[in-house]
Amino acid sequence: MKQEIIIAGFGGQGVLSMGKILAYSGLMEGKEVSWMPSYGPEQRGGTANVTVILSDDRISSPVLNSFDIAVVLNQPSMDKFESKVKPGGILIFDGYGIHKVPTRTDIHVYRIDAMDIAAGMADAKAFNMIILGGLLKISPMVKLENVLLGLKKSLPERHHKLIPMNEQAILKGMESVVKL
Amino acid sequence: MSEEIRLMKGNEAIAHAAVRYGVDGYFGYPITPQSEILETLTELRPWETTGMVVLQAESEVAAINMVYGGAGAGKKVMTSSSSPGVSLKQEGISYIAGAELPCLIVNVMRGGPGLGTIQPSQADYFQTTKGGGHGDYRLIALAPSSVQEMVDFVGLGLDLAFKYNNPAIILADGVIGQMMEKVVLPKQQIRRTEEEIRKECPWAITGKTADRKRNVITSLELDPERMEQNNIRFQAKYRTIEENEVRYEELYCEDAEYIAVAFGSSARICLKAVEIAREQGIKLGLLRPITLWPFPTKIIKEYAEKVKGFLSVELNAGQMVEDIRLSVNGRTAVEHYGRMGGIVFSPEEIVEALKEKLIKE
Repeated sequence: MKQEIIIAGFGGQGVLSMGKILAYSGLMEGKEVSWMPSYGPEQRGGTANVTVILSDDRISSPVLNSFDIAVVLNQPSMDKFESKVKPGGILIFDGYGIHKVPTRTDIHVYRIDAMDIAAGMADAKAFNMIILGGLLKISPMVKLENVLLGLKKSLPERHHKLIPMNEQAILKGMESVVKL
Repeated sequence: MSEEIRLMKGNEAIAHAAVRYGVDGYFGYPITPQSEILETLTELRPWETTGMVVLQAESEVAAINMVYGGAGAGKKVMTSSSSPGVSLKQEGISYIAGAELPCLIVNVMRGGPGLGTIQPSQADYFQTTKGGGHGDYRLIALAPSSVQEMVDFVGLGLDLAFKYNNPAIILADGVIGQMMEKVVLPKQQIRRTEEEIRKECPWAITGKTADRKRNVITSLELDPERMEQNNIRFQAKYRTIEENEVRYEELYCEDAEYIAVAFGSSARICLKAVEIAREQGIKLGLLRPITLWPFPTKIIKEYAEKVKGFLSVELNAGQMVEDIRLSVNGRTAVEHYGRMGGIVFSPEEIVEALKEKLIKE
């Protein structure tokens, strides 16, 4: 079993750290994992994306041109990655900031209004964890307990008190994602 | 603890490996895409544990000359940079090779020429394998294609450098430096004592004692006849290295009709291209040089008798392809496919290039 995932949005939305937590969760699950970020000036306000691969076997290329799952958090990323989802694949997007909804009919499209949900929560920084919850609901590639272990591994110890809040955000995301 | 599986970037892995392999000194200057090496080392604070020196020099030129000094004293020393910074180090590298000293250099390549871009590239193949600096010298060049190899090659590079009294270089690129994968770190090695260095490196400048002649570290020899003798000695050493230290990996080559040759991140992308090609019924194999110098000439020559063609897949305009052509020597077709300036090819692109350039049906 192999999952090839792209997560794309604006720098600062938590794209890279969401990918990192997913990769750590895969590690906890005993999978092979790779995490390949876009790096450089686009990290500060421009578009940022990360390719995460979770696999039972050795991972060949960390750089890909087509994906099983695309998680898209802004319009420029939608323009770039809608066409790169494999037929039969999954596209999840955040409704906020997307003015052209995806048009492909050969893929499964889901929407999650994580920005709105995050605004209503105690910490708006939980945005990316709401998205992660939505992703895991649709494609349960790692167990929730392993995600929590992954969070523990990827967050510095001083932030471990935030893990319950992140768990809440993941659960919230799981119940909020809708199929279009 | 030492067997713990961790997730880290290639650059972070280099830093951890340097501490674990008992490096005495790291001297560097920040540049993207390898700044995490120096950052991670300063986070690890090894000067408080192993006693390793970590120093941000005032420039790349200063850093390589600190390496020269440390190496002359028999210490395990290293530096790292990315393409433009490695260009600045070339004079020092030539001096270190000329003085026959061991050290480790890491180049996490980015797109050039000039300041270029910060995105991944493999356009420093010529610089690494054909000289870079002046004079007839060679660097032992290792090309990691995973984060685990970033760790392992710090150890291997230092071992080879000390075995042959020659600088070794890890030639990585932005993909391998920036990506995260699983790694297992080696057990902590204890740094050598002054006593051990005096024993293992009798040539080192460790302070003259009454029982031996003074040691002189220099690449200067104004008498041309003696300088030719030095060169003859270097060349004999290089032939020994070529004989003993070639390393490569063969994947899906047994029944291959075509072989892609690729190193570092390109080899990873090529492996996916091999998977795609085989799904389409094309018998493609992958030969991955691990040592770029010494180059795996013999094995390529052997396959040249069996396959319909080689495709050299590199993130440059065609550099390693020249070494493949020299190895093949006209026995079969050799083509190149590359992207430049920081653009990374996709696996699908490589399969298309193979069809267009070699299969032609």
